[in-house]
Amino acid sequence: MLQWLPENVSTFGQGVDNLFYAIYYITLITLILVMATLITFLIKYRYQEGKKATYIEGSTTLEIVWTAATTVIVFVLAMFSYPQWNKIKSPTSFPENPDVVVQVSGKQFNWDMTYPGPDNEFGTDDDLTLENELHVPVNAVVHIQLTAVDVIHSFFVPQLRLKQDALPSRFIDMWFEATKAGRYEIPCAELCGFGHSGMLGYLNVHAQTDYDAWLQERWPQ
Amino acid sequence: MHDNEHTSHHHEESFIRKYLFSLDHKMIGKQFLIYGLLMFFLGGGLALLFRWQLAYPDQPLPIIGASQQYMDEGEVVTGADRMWERIYESEKEEWLEINMPNGVVDPAFYNMLFTMHATVMVFFVVVPILVGAFGNFLIPLMIGTRDMAFPILNMLSFWFAVLAAVIMTIGFFVPGGHAAAGWTGYAPLSSDAQWTGVEWGQILWGLSLFVQGLSSLVGSINYITTIINMRAPGMTFFRLPLVIWSLFIVAILLLLAFPVLSSAIVLLVFDRLAGTTFFTTTAEGGGDPLLWQHLFWFFGHPEVYILILPGMGIASELVAVFSRKPIFGYRSMVYAMIAIAFLGWIVWGHHMFQSGMRPGLGSVFMTTTMLIAVPSAIKTFNWLGTMFKGSIRFTTPMLHAIAFVSMFVIGGLSGIYMANTPVDIFIHDTYYIVAHIHYVVFGGSLFAVFGGIIFWFPKMYGRYMNDTLSKIHFWLTFVAFNCTFFPMHILGVGGHMRRISNPMQYEFLQGFEGMNIFITMSAFTLGFAQLILVFNFFWSIFRGKVAEQNPWHVNTLEWEAPTPVPHGNFGQIPTVYRGPYEYSVPDEEDDWIPQTRPEHAPATGGD
Repeated sequence: MLQWLPENVSTFGQGVDNLFYAIYYITLITLILVMATLITFLIKYRYQEGKKATYIEGSTTLEIVWTAATTVIVFVLAMFSYPQWNKIKSPTSFPENPDVVVQVSGKQFNWDMTYPGPDNEFGTDDDLTLENELHVPVNAVVHIQLTAVDVIHSFFVPQLRLKQDALPSRFIDMWFEATKAGRYEIPCAELCGFGHSGMLGYLNVHAQTDYDAWLQERWPQ
Repeated sequence: MHDNEHTSHHHEESFIRKYLFSLDHKMIGKQFLIYGLLMFFLGGGLALLFRWQLAYPDQPLPIIGASQQYMDEGEVVTGADRMWERIYESEKEEWLEINMPNGVVDPAFYNMLFTMHATVMVFFVVVPILVGAFGNFLIPLMIGTRDMAFPILNMLSFWFAVLAAVIMTIGFFVPGGHAAAGWTGYAPLSSDAQWTGVEWGQILWGLSLFVQGLSSLVGSINYITTIINMRAPGMTFFRLPLVIWSLFIVAILLLLAFPVLSSAIVLLVFDRLAGTTFFTTTAEGGGDPLLWQHLFWFFGHPEVYILILPGMGIASELVAVFSRKPIFGYRSMVYAMIAIAFLGWIVWGHHMFQSGMRPGLGSVFMTTTMLIAVPSAIKTFNWLGTMFKGSIRFTTPMLHAIAFVSMFVIGGLSGIYMANTPVDIFIHDTYYIVAHIHYVVFGGSLFAVFGGIIFWFPKMYGRYMNDTLSKIHFWLTFVAFNCTFFPMHILGVGGHMRRISNPMQYEFLQGFEGMNIFITMSAFTLGFAQLILVFNFFWSIFRGKVAEQNPWHVNTLEWEAPTPVPHGNFGQIPTVYRGPYEYSVPDEEDDWIPQTRPEHAPATGGD
């Protein structure tokens, strides 16, 4: 089933996929064991003439065993998940000194991408806002300040394994580092009105030289 | 309850008192059941409309599309044309033209369809049937009393629910259309008409749920009081059947959870009507969109367990009865349900991992959420343990119970993916969650409902449901259900977002067209299979084979009452001497011992 996952192109995506695979195999094995037991019981203990059910009220030992076993699995899984989650979502653990900082703003039904320009400050004259087109260099740390102007939207790049809701009047920080040049879709993942379906931006990941050329084209010096 | 002695004998009632404004818990239970089945068709029909759009985006619907042909050519060719000729003569023309121009589902109409599908199914189908119908019918009978503690409140509970359904239905026909902000109604989309174009629809949605909240409130007070105070002599808490335990716990959840939703709805309606901005921010200040989400899910997560716990209770009854064995670990089953109910209050944040909630809080909610795997595993293993060394009868109710257990296992395991915060980043708001919720609420709760209906039908109506039709319905439903919802896991893994009306707008979803068509075909099969159930249900009320008093040889008290159950239920209130699951006791001739049979054998509560 997991071959349906879109290709991963972010540095932290592999960590997400590893957990995905771990849970997949844990749940798959559990499912097969439970179903095999169920089907065996259904066949073996089906009603047969003259055969009576055995009176069993339960077993405290078994209850303790499966309670403890499940608890242990749950906590081990949680232990492996905390660092991954913090790495992706917790602003205090983001890589410092980003190569690119962009403000992304969701509005019905477009993504506005605002670049601070050469002075690296937002709200100045050299800012540049592009509709639905985000340009970043490959293998570079990108910080995004995510917001929305009207309702809640959700910034989703399947190939980056990144999703974050955009809230009106609040900036939420996120980051990524793309490992492969290409053009990726940025659908909106949170219902935002009648144009929700088809609200779509593009992430253009360029090789460094192409990105420099793009910068030069936008802010000629 | 002293005067019940009189009412149980030859009490003639008018038609209105008996069938409409009935005070009898059994009639109210049946009313809720028929109410839920009718709303089931509304909710299911809405789903079929949007499934068509997902499989064949922007293509005219089969029958409604014919209307355009009629309009263009003005010629009556088929029966559908004749139907449309009549409709177009009436004022409904505008309604159809706005919502389905050229017979195609409009994107705004699409949003309304899935919003109302979920709203109807959650609030008007699953809760009324599981809690309203089974709760009302079973509680007094199974604890051995003559009626609910407050019969008038009980009647009110049903008529509040009817009022709520009427308000909800009116919403479809108001200008601007019905609510279209999702069943979760996230603000600001829901709190200001300018974002959706929905005017009165959203307000009526809120008003209707508020009234439905009153219905749940009076119902749950009634259930709790009845179960605590009116158990038959000898019916200790640990001799209660598990379905009664589940309904007892659910009543407590309803009592505490629904008022939170009602309060949030009042705030939302104020935001829309008075511009109070509790859930939005303005330049001068205001509230916060996340406040709505916290309030909604603080109600919403216990609500999800309200949807599944009675299903677990019903399945427990069926598995024990048809394995002819005591429930494996009766007490641990009870404690597991209490644990699920308790954990239900401290996991709501897992719906909000990607909402902008502080990431540290995400880790806390992940831990509490994954812990739910523990009581869920206990219950699953105990159902398996109950079948172990049993003598399993594959009756139709048992088939449903087995389907419940296996579908619940899939639904429970798929929940672990979403509980895990890093994995949730990817599958949040995708079809993975749609698959999960349907495996739990349809695969779980509804199979239990179907099983329960067939199982208790002889006690409700004194007749059997037609077994051939029931079996055809079961197998069609089981296969079509899995064909409909299992592929949705794969869509989710592919990143297919939920709530989009046209997946073909996205490059990365192009490969899923065939799967979406397959799902839609299966969904239509699933929908039409339910017609068999409803036909069977109503036909059997009048024409079914007459049933004896205790056809399945069950221990619990409801089968001690005569069939059909008279007003006041029992000639004499029974006395309980033992637990509910004394099946296949060694050295006994029969493989069942009613709870009322006095004996020197020690009365056991399970373990």
